[in-house]
Amino acid sequence: MLQSRYKYVFLWPALFALLAVIIFPLVYTVLLSFSGWSVNRIGLNWVGWANYARAVVDPRFWQSMGTLYTMVALCVLFEYVLGFALALLLWKQSRAGRFFRVLFIVPMCVTPVIMAVVWRTIFHETLGPMNDVLGWFGIPPVNWLSTTAPAFATVIIIDVWQWTSFIFILMLAGLMSLPHEPFEAAQIDGAGPIRTFIHVTFPLMAPITLGALVIRLIESSKLMDTIYTLTSGGPGSSTETTSYMLYIRGLREFQIGYTASMSMLYLVIMLLGLTVFAKAMTRLMRIAPSTG
Amino acid sequence: MRLSLYIGLKWVALGLWSIFVVAPFLWALTTSFKSDNGVTQGATYIPWLEYEPTLEGWATLFRDPAQGGIEIQEPYLASVLVTAASTFIALVLGTLAAYGLSRFSFRAGPMKNSDISFFFISQRVMPPAVLAIPYFLLLQNTALLDTYIGIVMVYTTMLLPIVVWVMVDFFNTVPIELDEAAMIDGCNPMQTFFRIVLPNCGPGLVVATLLCIIFSWSEFFFAMTLSFSNVQLLPPTVVILNSNKMPWWSLSASALASVLPLIIVAFFLERYLSRGRLARAFK
Repeated sequence: MLQSRYKYVFLWPALFALLAVIIFPLVYTVLLSFSGWSVNRIGLNWVGWANYARAVVDPRFWQSMGTLYTMVALCVLFEYVLGFALALLLWKQSRAGRFFRVLFIVPMCVTPVIMAVVWRTIFHETLGPMNDVLGWFGIPPVNWLSTTAPAFATVIIIDVWQWTSFIFILMLAGLMSLPHEPFEAAQIDGAGPIRTFIHVTFPLMAPITLGALVIRLIESSKLMDTIYTLTSGGPGSSTETTSYMLYIRGLREFQIGYTASMSMLYLVIMLLGLTVFAKAMTRLMRIAPSTG
Repeated sequence: MRLSLYIGLKWVALGLWSIFVVAPFLWALTTSFKSDNGVTQGATYIPWLEYEPTLEGWATLFRDPAQGGIEIQEPYLASVLVTAASTFIALVLGTLAAYGLSRFSFRAGPMKNSDISFFFISQRVMPPAVLAIPYFLLLQNTALLDTYIGIVMVYTTMLLPIVVWVMVDFFNTVPIELDEAAMIDGCNPMQTFFRIVLPNCGPGLVVATLLCIIFSWSEFFFAMTLSFSNVQLLPPTVVILNSNKMPWWSLSASALASVLPLIIVAFFLERYLSRGRLARAFK
């Protein structure tokens, strides 16, 4: 470590910017959540826990949480399995690997909402290629965006398209950083590819898996852009995620106080969920190598 | 026999995923050359064979709105401006902070360096939907709503955690002896940082820059809620075109034009990721 009187010059500007633009809004949201700020009553008027009492019995709020977490769980599961599989396939490729690597990381780089606009034309009921291609196999057209289950599936397909690339690149980097010795040992012991994967590759990748999953869970629980463009939460409220609902309640209906209290609940539940998930996964992974 | 089957399956899998990845781009590309007869008769794919291609979709991007063009040039420019400004400010602030966190020890109550780094990174947890209302009110009260300064401010703080995350990691791989030698030669910390350490951090800076470009170019939620008429950014503009029942060919052309810079960024990102971290790890 270096020593200098001027060390604060490095840290302070960024820290100050962050505190000003992130901590203030957070504190302000807490204040707002105890206020009755709405279209008719503008200002920080104290209403105590009333907003929270209303939020915990609001079925729409809990429904949106349910939708969000079902979506997140399915998306992250598919993305992890597919991303890891693709990384394993390209792990030992050098020449052709380059081409596929570039191709496979493109989706995570392009703007989700703009791609959602393109996807909307793809999933169009009569003019889109999706139903057309299904027709080649004799499958009747599906009303992708206007019926509940297909709309849900559409959101998941698009999320998987976009973010599998992220898991892929993290897992590939992880695989490339693994030491060679355990694999040589497994080969000497005569272990086949499947046993090598279960007993060597998978346990060694556990920490990177955990990191990748936590990042994806955080990012996907913000899910809203695609919903906004694609389904507007519909049909009905079947694809309404919490972020989308907060946007409607807060910035469309201007129920500022009430939305702030739901935001706080959402944040607390999300943080608790993430902590529990990370703890459980760490424990699970610590046990796995020793029993394996 | 089993090996060749495995290799065959592997290429089939890679091929299938490649098709899935490029499908939306190819669809947008072919749609952008269509006109009425290529769209309203059901899905068509191959130009000349299934429909007569025209340049109408692309031409609308360059035509004046008064003559039936679409207003995309100004938002495009605005997005370039906001992306450049917020990326630059976030890089300056974030790199300085990352260098500080990597080289000096800080203490704030019980918080040490690693806690401060974590504090920066943890800001990514915050969903934009939670921050949007206080941002809206904050910018409204400071008269910065719907201005470039307001947008750049919000974007910069959104990017800071990413820069700090990438650069702390990167500075930790640059040996501290380099700094010590420079300080002994009479450089002050700022000179050491700018003249000695920073020139050795090219790949890290490139990765941080590319990630910043991706995130700020693609940001939608803040762009939509915090800017309306003075500042019009690309993602909300394209979404509005979509809800205005814009014909598919113009829509596809503007979508492709909007993501083109990011496809180029992806190419460089892969290159630097594999040259830097991936290659180093591969040894």
